[in-house]
Amino acid sequence: METEPTEFNNPPRVGSFARTSTGLSDYQVKMVFIMPTMILLILMNIFPLLWSLVLSFYKYRVNRPDLPPEFIGFKNYVRLLSDPDMWGYFQTTAYFVVTAVSAQFLIGFGVALLLNREFRYKGLVTTLILLPMMLSPVIVGLFWRFLFKSDTSGLINYFLLPLLNFVQATPIPWTTDPKFAMVSIVIVDTWMWTPFMMLISLAGLSAIPKYLYEAADVDRASNWFKFRWITLPLVSPLLMIAILFRTMDAFKMFDIVYVLTREGGPGTATETVSMNLYKLAFRSFNTGKSCAMAYILLIVIVALSNIYVKYLNQLKREA
Amino acid sequence: MKYIQGVIILLVLSVFCVGGLVADNHGTGEVLRIAWAEWPPADYLQELSKDFTKKTGIGVEIVQIPWPNFQEKVSISFSGRSELYDIVIGDSQWLGVNSKGGHYIKLTDWIDRNIEVSEIYGPAMTAFAEYPKGSSEYWALPAEVDANGYVYRTDLFEDSAEQKAFQDKYGYQLEPPKTYKQLRDIAEFFTRPDQNLYGIATYFSKEYDGITMGFQQVMWSFGGSYGDPKTYKVDGYLNSEDSLKALEYYKGLVAFSPPDAPNYYWQETLEAYKSGKVAMAMDYFAFLPGAIDPKQNPAYHDKSGFFIAPAGPKGQYISIGGQGMSISSYSKKEDIAKQYMKWFIQKPVQEKWAKLGGFTPHKEVLQSDTFLNATPYNKAFAASFPYLRDFWAIPEYAELLEACQTNWSAAIVGAKDPKKALDAIVRKHEEIFEDAGYYNE
Repeated sequence: METEPTEFNNPPRVGSFARTSTGLSDYQVKMVFIMPTMILLILMNIFPLLWSLVLSFYKYRVNRPDLPPEFIGFKNYVRLLSDPDMWGYFQTTAYFVVTAVSAQFLIGFGVALLLNREFRYKGLVTTLILLPMMLSPVIVGLFWRFLFKSDTSGLINYFLLPLLNFVQATPIPWTTDPKFAMVSIVIVDTWMWTPFMMLISLAGLSAIPKYLYEAADVDRASNWFKFRWITLPLVSPLLMIAILFRTMDAFKMFDIVYVLTREGGPGTATETVSMNLYKLAFRSFNTGKSCAMAYILLIVIVALSNIYVKYLNQLKREA
Repeated sequence: MKYIQGVIILLVLSVFCVGGLVADNHGTGEVLRIAWAEWPPADYLQELSKDFTKKTGIGVEIVQIPWPNFQEKVSISFSGRSELYDIVIGDSQWLGVNSKGGHYIKLTDWIDRNIEVSEIYGPAMTAFAEYPKGSSEYWALPAEVDANGYVYRTDLFEDSAEQKAFQDKYGYQLEPPKTYKQLRDIAEFFTRPDQNLYGIATYFSKEYDGITMGFQQVMWSFGGSYGDPKTYKVDGYLNSEDSLKALEYYKGLVAFSPPDAPNYYWQETLEAYKSGKVAMAMDYFAFLPGAIDPKQNPAYHDKSGFFIAPAGPKGQYISIGGQGMSISSYSKKEDIAKQYMKWFIQKPVQEKWAKLGGFTPHKEVLQSDTFLNATPYNKAFAASFPYLRDFWAIPEYAELLEACQTNWSAAIVGAKDPKKALDAIVRKHEEIFEDAGYYNE
């Protein structure tokens, strides 16, 4: 028996040529929805990215419209890479990235191991630990500025006073001595971002099936054995992702340095690449050179990320 | 639950809408927006401008920007050709970049027709309005004239036991120092960490122009200089024996300053003084109202004296402060802005400006007894005038400043040898001049 075609037994064709009641094909409808976002992305992300690449080959200052941009090829890159100060900023940044991310990883993973069990007020404790990373870095920098005051009016030195008196030492010049200034930045960044490491680690740890530990218990495996051969292999892909995110972020360290050690001081003790890039772009308004520097930074971060991703893939294959 | 969520979303949206409306109201109507740094004179100007509003019906809003971000915020708005500010009260060093860059309106003809230049203090007109120097081309009207000066604790300086101890140790009388040698001796004398008392607080900070403004006047007074303003030759000037001696001297003052002194800029310096931590503090005079305000300085407001920056072995020079009032090229209210500036520079307005606490550029008002006695520090401020000097005011000043800030900051904390720091600045400055084509002219 033949039935009359209705909208139920004869739905519109799916594909590029299917048309809606407004006369638009599915493809066109898709494009209508996607295009605003695409245009916005191109205007806000892609265009500035390409435009800054072009500018990096020019001698150009955005605050000097009277000076037309002059094409100088790779001169900005050559100058930056042959400037010994620049290598100093990279060394400072590398020191910060390695120490801060390592500390955050060790403490964050350790705290996650401690929290990965049931106890009273676990939710509240976890929330409180997460608080620092929810704060604005500028606020964090400002209040640590007071905590790190170089005399005993700073809370840190005040609490350390008995110890300092015992070893007959003077209050620690946290942010005013080149030897301690970077340590201060590492402490603040670690305080702020360890919760992030902890959160990701905790997510990884809670996803490990319990039966694996039960099987290990049956075999009378030691705690170390369980940690080494069950916990670590299963949680490491997530840890690598957390380390990747933190490394990328730490490489761009700017805000805490700007506020806590007054623009990377004393001298250049805490002047990271991003801090210097900011000065080049918005203090000196050396736009062409700052674009070149931003690209050098981008290349370094992409290269580092690639190394991480390759290692992550290797870990996944092994798992 | 859904109801509560709905209410929260509605509340958040209302906040944004109300905020938007408030912001819109700011943007419309006859309001002149003046950008200035966040400091007491900006409050005085806001107060003073009420008279202009009363007279003309035109509102005036002083947009106060924190000092460390002042330059970049204004420059970014200029780069974007923003109409955000109609008038900018900018540092003297900005004249070069903002006149050459086309961000300031040229005021030479307008000033010729409307302003009695002879009534304005000459060096202020040169420092805050003229570019290039000596060209008689004007881009601003002086608004606030300022200088670095010192505040000191009279309770310590006038204490007979302290005076005797000082006389015994140094062989001369304890009084406000007239030379940098005396300043060092007094700073050393009052440095008593066990009593949480130190000799001096001065600018050592790497922030914005902190250490440069503090050190350059010492460098000039010791015989050093930034270079030859005609040939832009720097080597042999900035890294001369005299400059080196000055830097070593300035570095030596760290030992007589509170432990966190390497971070001291204007705010920290004043705070150190108000908390009784130091016997002397250097700051721009415009920041000193805080030292004599009983609310801000309950302990020492009536125990404060003032003196001008001392002389060095080869002269006496003082860092100039203060700013000129310029009209933004992107403002749509040029006529109103000119009307405001013409009103501002009138003698009666300047008298009120001085009474409120502003440092007037009006010659007659500046020399009047009313001004000299208006505050306890005005006499010291007026006495500083013949010794004022400025940093480079050329378009590349920001880069030149950055090299000084970084290297001098490194030298005073011992991260860099003073000679190497000076040589590094010379190299950078020569590179900047070379790049900008000064050596081709």
